[in-house]
Amino acid sequence: MWLKIEARPAPSVRMKYLSPLIAVALTLMTGVIFSAFMSLNPLNTFHAFFISPIDDWYGLGELGVNAIPLVLIGTGLAIGFRSNVWNIGAEGQLAMGAIFGGGVALYFYEQEGAYVLPLMFVMGALGGMFWASIPAFLRTRFNTNEILVSLMLNYVAILILSYLVHDLWRDPDGFNFPESRLFSESSTLPIVLEGTRLHFGVVIALGAVALAWVFVRKSFLGYQMQVAGMANAAALYAGFKRKRMVWVGLLSGGLAAGVAGLMEVAGPIGQLLPSVSPGYGYAAIIVAFVGRLHPFGILLAGLLMSLLYLGGESAQMDLGLPSAVTGVFQGMLLFYLLAADLFINFRMRRDTAGSRVAGAGL
Amino acid sequence: MFRRRFSAGPRLPTQAIKLTQSDSSTIPRLELRDIRKVYPAVVANDGVNLTAYPGDIHAIVGENGAGKSTLMKIVYGVTKPDAGEIRWEGERVRINRPADARKIGIGMVFQHFSLFETLTVAQNIALGMEGPYRPDELSERIESVSEHYGLPLDPRRLVHSLSVGERQRVEIVRCLLQEPKLLIMDEPTSVLTPQAVTKLFDTLRRLAGEGCSILYISHKLEEIQELCGVATVMRRGKVTGVVDPKKEGAAGLARMMIGRELPAYEHGEPVSVREERLVLDRLSMTSDDPFGTDLKDISFTVYGGEIVGIAGISGNGQQELLKAISGEAPLPASRASAVRIDGKPAAHFDADTRRDLGLTFVPEERLGRGVVPPMSLDENALLTTYRKGMVRYGLIDRLRVREFAEQCVQDFDVRCAGTHAAAKSLSGGNLQKFIVGREMNQKPEVLVVSQPTWGVDVGAASAIRQALIDLRNERAAVLVVSEELDELFEICDRIVVIAQGRISPARKPSETDMEEIGLWMSGMFPESETVKVSTSGTSHVA
Repeated sequence: MWLKIEARPAPSVRMKYLSPLIAVALTLMTGVIFSAFMSLNPLNTFHAFFISPIDDWYGLGELGVNAIPLVLIGTGLAIGFRSNVWNIGAEGQLAMGAIFGGGVALYFYEQEGAYVLPLMFVMGALGGMFWASIPAFLRTRFNTNEILVSLMLNYVAILILSYLVHDLWRDPDGFNFPESRLFSESSTLPIVLEGTRLHFGVVIALGAVALAWVFVRKSFLGYQMQVAGMANAAALYAGFKRKRMVWVGLLSGGLAAGVAGLMEVAGPIGQLLPSVSPGYGYAAIIVAFVGRLHPFGILLAGLLMSLLYLGGESAQMDLGLPSAVTGVFQGMLLFYLLAADLFINFRMRRDTAGSRVAGAGL
Repeated sequence: MFRRRFSAGPRLPTQAIKLTQSDSSTIPRLELRDIRKVYPAVVANDGVNLTAYPGDIHAIVGENGAGKSTLMKIVYGVTKPDAGEIRWEGERVRINRPADARKIGIGMVFQHFSLFETLTVAQNIALGMEGPYRPDELSERIESVSEHYGLPLDPRRLVHSLSVGERQRVEIVRCLLQEPKLLIMDEPTSVLTPQAVTKLFDTLRRLAGEGCSILYISHKLEEIQELCGVATVMRRGKVTGVVDPKKEGAAGLARMMIGRELPAYEHGEPVSVREERLVLDRLSMTSDDPFGTDLKDISFTVYGGEIVGIAGISGNGQQELLKAISGEAPLPASRASAVRIDGKPAAHFDADTRRDLGLTFVPEERLGRGVVPPMSLDENALLTTYRKGMVRYGLIDRLRVREFAEQCVQDFDVRCAGTHAAAKSLSGGNLQKFIVGREMNQKPEVLVVSQPTWGVDVGAASAIRQALIDLRNERAAVLVVSEELDELFEICDRIVVIAQGRISPARKPSETDMEEIGLWMSGMFPESETVKVSTSGTSHVA
């Protein structure tokens, strides 16, 4: 018996929604096999990874804290991805948002006032958009590849942040540690769930999901970007402005990443550090695709990815696994998703007799 | 020296094939029995029988999608049948791959050529050779074979410098070098001028005279009547008749092809309003494509109430010209008046701004350009109509979009599961009707249509042509680009020819004929007659 892969007459809608679940299941199974190889009890591993991080309110709060930047950035990036604008620079845009927003907090360090936090949001958003506007300008003006430009700018942004906290913005009372002052009360995000670290960012992230849904489903600009992503020649034929879409696609990612970065430093971290993100900007790319570039899907995928982060930490502590385990799980998830996605447009069939006979019967 | 396998055989006259060839002494060269092939969505061949004798020129006739190409791919080993048997000279064979087919003596010339533009003729042919060969000998053989069959060809020329007709010769000579006993020609004349068609027919008759069987796929009934002694007619995967095309007549063949009579057109007199709707004024443009065609000093005018046709062999600048008119390839603002729509300079505008001036456009590629394949008909209706009150405050008014889409479906008899159906689920003809409907229902001042009936079945084609005539009767200006001369002669009020990026003088169909237009298509037209447009905007047409 042979198997052959053949094109489906129409893409399978069922498979489109099933594929992320299959990918999750395969990721778990592979994790179990790995732990067996490392002579760990698979059940313990599973528990350490997926149960113990969220078995109390505090843990659930942490799930939210990690999911906020992932969902927010994933939503912003997906708007660009839908029109084939590939912004890989969310990590750097996040750092820029942290610098611009955190700079406001440090500038108004000694002042109390309700205006400080909103100003930080505005500056954080502008910082992310500013950083995203560089690849947008180069792409629309000189037709450079936005993947390479946005990716390389990540390193630039992170080094700028590092320079600032090592030098200009270093805490004068910080015993020479590379970190800024702690932000004052009025520059810190309020907590929404008592006893946890879950902050106001959860409202922002959910709001972004709702807004993105309206943009994708109802707005004409969202439609234009979808057309450009599915069939560029059709967008040209219709006369849609490709440059505008590149700008919107990159700026939406930059805006989301900038706000996410600001919320990291004004929320769970509370100051500027040389590193303000454990790779949220990259993980959000996976979140966007696991979520099928759909706002609600991204919400679920963000929670899943957040759990992988928490599970990775808990596995380090409980089982003594290396920190790379988080990256391994993220990679497996994307790998299995791409593999399972093949079956949206193709199906496997048992090869029928007759077409198997070899050789010309002469 | 090239050995000719058939030279010793009796020279059979081409027309001597009897349909009732029960004579057991002549074994059929190829016999297909109950061939069946099922694709996921469609039965492409359903119990197909076919018999071809040595020296036959056997036509396979049918509309697009009737299963002709699938059947030929099965014979040539590109596709495997699900059921049925193939007999070659009386023996049952399996043809699993094209190499098997070539080994037993089957050659095929595809509709779309597979040649490397940057290599020479000899190099291209060498790439397809099986087994060792000597390069100098190969060139000699190419020359002798091409000479013998009246297909002059220089083996040292680079393919990109060849005309489409010459490229086809390369493909034919490549087949002939393998000394085939059966040659399959898939729509060979769709890219040729009428003069080149005549030459090709001479070659095919000579081949058949030497005993080679030819399977000739086409939907052009006049050609089949001229060339072929037998015709197998197919409709929806089944054989609907095996006839002598000379006796049967075009109407009978058409009836077997489409299952009903061919409809006639209501032409009406041209409504001659002398209003310039679309003016091209010394338009020159360099193509982005290194193998594309540059446009040189193109000037002509389309008035309201007339249909102007652009004839030409594909690749002579049609693509570039259409993009310059539609706005997909805008010019710098300094040359804005090279294209004028309703008197306004428009050459620097995007496609959407030109639509504001009253231009709509039906491109030749439907999927991916005319429509977005995975999107519904509703969403695809929005693609070009969004300026007609379908978007408010940046949000889509889905109700109005649906109304418009439903109107198109109703007016143009688009067969679909509803306006929510994905565009790619429609057949080519229905999709074309939808696109034409979408562009026409916007009540354009100027409609530009490329290949209006390409790949469209005969019934839908006549509906589209009638719609173009109706629009012209409503005083719109219609510009049609087509490779089908018959179509242009049928519906146009004036015809121009495009060749090597230049445009010929205009002719009324009644004042010219296929011969003259065919000659012009090869680039030989009187330069001096070319339309001159004065800078003030008033113009005069030859």
